[in-house]
Amino acid sequence: MFSWFEKRPFFFGLLVFVFVSFAGIIEIIPDFAKQSRPTVGTKPYSVLELAGRQIYINESCNSCHSQLIRPFKSETDRYGMYSLSGEYAYDRPFLWGSKRTGPDLMRVGNYRTTDWHENHMLEPKSVVPGSIMPAYPHLFEKSTDMDTAWAEAYTVKKVFSTPYDKDIDGDNKIDVPLGSLEEAKERSLEEAKEIAKKMKNKKVEEMINRGEIPEIVSLIAYLNSLK
Amino acid sequence: MEKSRRIDYDYSISKLFTITTILFGILGMSIGVILAFQLAFPSLNNIAGEYGTFSRLRPLHTNAVIFGFALSGIFAAWYYIGQRVLKVSLNESPFLKKVGYLHFILYVITIILAVVTLLMGITTSKEYAELEWPLDILVVIWWVLWGVSIFGLMGIRREKVLYISIWYFIATFIAVAMLYLFNNLEVPTALISGEGSWIHSVSFYSGTNDALVQWWYGHNAVAFVFTTPIIAMIYYFLPKESGQNVYSYKLSILAFWGLLFVYLWAGGHHLIYSTVPDWIQTMGSVMSIILILPSWGSAINMLLTMKGQWEQLQTNTLIKFMVLASTFYMLSTIEGPIQAIKSVNAIAHFTDWIPGHVHDGVLGWVGFMIMAAVLHMTPRMFKRELYSKSILETQFWLQTMGIIMYFSSMWIAGITQGMMWRAYDEYGSLVYSFIDTVIVLKPYYTIRAIGGLLYLTGFLLFAYNIYKTIRVGRVLDKEPVNKTPIYQ
Repeated sequence: MFSWFEKRPFFFGLLVFVFVSFAGIIEIIPDFAKQSRPTVGTKPYSVLELAGRQIYINESCNSCHSQLIRPFKSETDRYGMYSLSGEYAYDRPFLWGSKRTGPDLMRVGNYRTTDWHENHMLEPKSVVPGSIMPAYPHLFEKSTDMDTAWAEAYTVKKVFSTPYDKDIDGDNKIDVPLGSLEEAKERSLEEAKEIAKKMKNKKVEEMINRGEIPEIVSLIAYLNSLK
Repeated sequence: MEKSRRIDYDYSISKLFTITTILFGILGMSIGVILAFQLAFPSLNNIAGEYGTFSRLRPLHTNAVIFGFALSGIFAAWYYIGQRVLKVSLNESPFLKKVGYLHFILYVITIILAVVTLLMGITTSKEYAELEWPLDILVVIWWVLWGVSIFGLMGIRREKVLYISIWYFIATFIAVAMLYLFNNLEVPTALISGEGSWIHSVSFYSGTNDALVQWWYGHNAVAFVFTTPIIAMIYYFLPKESGQNVYSYKLSILAFWGLLFVYLWAGGHHLIYSTVPDWIQTMGSVMSIILILPSWGSAINMLLTMKGQWEQLQTNTLIKFMVLASTFYMLSTIEGPIQAIKSVNAIAHFTDWIPGHVHDGVLGWVGFMIMAAVLHMTPRMFKRELYSKSILETQFWLQTMGIIMYFSSMWIAGITQGMMWRAYDEYGSLVYSFIDTVIVLKPYYTIRAIGGLLYLTGFLLFAYNIYKTIRVGRVLDKEPVNKTPIYQ
């Protein structure tokens, strides 16, 4: 039977396609809608948090840190409640990672503070003796690209109906506001000021006073939101 | 064959890809060695400011070796093998030759842009699919060009029956096209909103779905870049170099169609104990075990091809490379299924055992096979004898030692860390803080880095040997039939 195909490149290619596409169709399609449903209480990231998430991605933090707590006692004791599918509903892309050179960060917002992150990102060994993580001093100097963060939030709202500017939990209040680019920038700066108040770095203070948001502040906003 | 006139094959495109496989190989492997030393000696992270951190360099390493080194080697082999087994020369079709050149040029531009953007931190974060959308479009264009080359050459072939290597090239082309397209579906944010960076995009899928699509891609990109085209190469080069017929045609059919059918399922084993449905995890686990059959089918078919001719291991260094490649293929295709067993995965996942597994596959199987292919092709393309047997022998043993140091240290590191993460004391509390489980790995990270350095050194010797072959190798007046001539 196969020798017939071995003389006909087109049909050979077609048969190959049937063989390789089969698994994907059966694996991926059936549960697609179900898996993207958010858990009760899951909300989209604020624009500032989303900006921090983009920095997390640019620096490839996910090369060494997972965001997936497996249902084992040794993991829930260490990192908190195991992960649920619906908690990731607004994660585009997902950031589970595949390697824990450093610890899991799925719920890092529950047990680390702004102050801790500030010291840690500047000199990891100062808070974790023996740490092999690189220092990220440049995050204290560059200012956040809020335009792209807003563009992403706006895009997912338009294209994927991510519930920005909506009442998600039914208390007649907007849960995660987006608004126009100018509104979002203004609001993010206010949020950033709250975080910067708890930080000691002079450069951060200067940038905030100039109306810029240092990358480190956005990143900390994102890390604090991971709960 | 006696009736047909001698065909004058055109190797110009194959030569170009041979050069890039060596250059990108040096680039990707050097970054790999830097990364390995950074884990052992973290102060090395600060050598180049934000551009030198482990996290920035890691995607660059994987992309440079997968899409730079391995793909170049695969394309070099295609533009060499394709003509020879289809019995048609690229000289007969100026169109296909132009397609080949365009393929090469766009490919090199893509890789260079990939290096630049990844260093700048422009990434989608999805493993082995980090490139942003403009680069994805470039990739699609040259992938289609490669498809035109494959099917175009088949369209004008003289040999009607497609040889086994061609099956594997077709499978590579089709499967990677499908996987790449679906996994890289993304929406450019500037296009929708009119604001922000034009190169930024957001994934078409979210959360668990994104993970599922990504690992369906991630695992099978490995299959169809690191497995099928490499099998295509060994099915041509081993019989050719040894002068032996392929052991069994039936076994090749079973292994080929079996591999295609089963491999795509195995992506689920990257998601065991995650939030994807249990049945997908279980399917991933079970199918990974079944995958041993077609994988070992190919490997055994290759080893049995050497039946009765084992003395060639002593007399022909290239045979040694290919037999070792085949053996490492067997090792990594038994190791992978073991890691896919749920209870083993609970310990192995997220640890260094995983990069350990990947590297005995890529260093042992992919790396050795591509180098053997280049060593076989270069004398025939440039009509010169290989420059030095002693350099080649030195390279072989340096690299073999390097691989052994690499995977044995990573086995120990991975299992040690996996066991420490789950260790409880008699009062029911965790024994080790996370940093304890990092500090304990330092000696293994050091051994791994030295192993990597040995492999890189071997690769540099290889590059030197090929360079000298092309420049000063003894000129061959006629093409060698089987054993590749080498200066003793």
